[in-house]
Amino acid sequence: MKNLTKIFKTGTGQPVVAVKDVSFEVRKGELVSLLGPSGCGKTTVLKMMGGLLPATDGLLELNGSEITKPYPGVGVVFQSPTLMPWRTVIGNVLYPMEVLGKNDARAKARAHEILQLVGLGGFENAHPRQLSGGMQQRVALCRAIIHEPSILLMDEPFGALDELTRLEMNDLLLDIRRITGATVIFVTHSISEAIYLADQVLVFSKRPAVIALRLEIDIPYPRTSQVRFLDKFTELERKAGIALGVVK
Amino acid sequence: MSHKILRIIYPCVGAAIILLFWHYYIVFFNVPPVVLPSPWSVAAAIYSYPQALLSESWITFLECVSGFFLAMAIGIPIAVIMTYSRLLNSMFYPLLVASQSIPKVALAPILLVWFGTGLESKLAMVFVISFFPIVVDTATGLRTTSPELLELARSLQSSRLQTFTKIQLPSALPFIFSGAKIAVTLAVIGAVIGEFIGANEGLGNLLLVANSQMNTSLAWAALIVLSALGMILYASVVLAERILMPWGHDSEHKH
Repeated sequence: MKNLTKIFKTGTGQPVVAVKDVSFEVRKGELVSLLGPSGCGKTTVLKMMGGLLPATDGLLELNGSEITKPYPGVGVVFQSPTLMPWRTVIGNVLYPMEVLGKNDARAKARAHEILQLVGLGGFENAHPRQLSGGMQQRVALCRAIIHEPSILLMDEPFGALDELTRLEMNDLLLDIRRITGATVIFVTHSISEAIYLADQVLVFSKRPAVIALRLEIDIPYPRTSQVRFLDKFTELERKAGIALGVVK
Repeated sequence: MSHKILRIIYPCVGAAIILLFWHYYIVFFNVPPVVLPSPWSVAAAIYSYPQALLSESWITFLECVSGFFLAMAIGIPIAVIMTYSRLLNSMFYPLLVASQSIPKVALAPILLVWFGTGLESKLAMVFVISFFPIVVDTATGLRTTSPELLELARSLQSSRLQTFTKIQLPSALPFIFSGAKIAVTLAVIGAVIGEFIGANEGLGNLLLVANSQMNTSLAWAALIVLSALGMILYASVVLAERILMPWGHDSEHKH
């Protein structure tokens, strides 16, 4: 169980090469940021890691077995909350449990608990439309962790939120990750968000996605927004910026 | 004055203006009642034939409702099948669309030959006319399901049936209802066409009979009851929509 490995290597055919010869490894419990410009193919990498898209070429492994289709223990969060408007907040959170056939009293208790954790206690019976964008995304986060997944795939989850909400959500994600111990793959195009959250940042170049730089972030957890002002943090931001070509 | 009351008062004032205009037009130009009856004689006709209007309405109502439900019961499953089978979709969807170039009225005599002058031929007419919007809107609804939600379902290894009942069908519900609203309006048209072509009961038949007897007031009365029937049917679909998808109206009373 210890050696959670994902080796990733792809060389897609002619029409559009979205991802090309990308290889990396994620350790169990690690938070890895995939940082890159919009449309560079990092989402494609994420989907392949979840078994939602087949790789054209290359090998993708989880714990030594190849990933070719969706597998249990995965939670997903998208850029938009994509809640079901016909369900209440708690109904949305419990959706994965229904699909998995585990929608029992324990699941409901857990749903209440995690809604409390993300600061939505008391909103269980509200409908998504009554909530702000940030609150909806919190519900989506709860929906992604209700079934206690060991892997959390997040596709620019805070990209549509305002800066202040985004900072809050970053800390919330670190809390959730600390409590659940899940491995998190986090796609973003924000340099500081990528560095603030992650153990490891993979900087992708423009399409086709190639890893331009790999950064180990040796800032100890628990992190607070104070670390954003460390010299070390700024230096990491500068390196990532150069790799992305936005810092000359 | 509150906004809600004004929303009722303004159309009433508008209706009053039209009625007055109608009345004075007849008075000033001395229009004979056979050509255009006065609004008061139409009201009087409604008042003096309540039994006939009510029983004929009931017939037309039955034709509309049964044809409409038949169109829903057959149209929705067809939309589902076409959404799931690419082959059937590419084989039959273009034909379905092309079939819409047939003027439905032209089918009425044929349906009459097939089903006779009873309820069945009207039911068939209503079905034919209200079927298409239901199929098209349901299929559109099923197809526009959020791809992210489908991906979420896939990541949870949800079965096809689960994905359908928990995600696609509820997602399509607003579309199904917009199709149903169009269909129910068309249903009344279909029923009247059916009755015009061959029937001995129903509001459309009453209208024809009244017309041939030069009883224009009664013909107009039938027309007004007919439009009331259409409004009631439409309102029923709207009511069903509010009951079945209360979330669709959350934005109106947001806290």
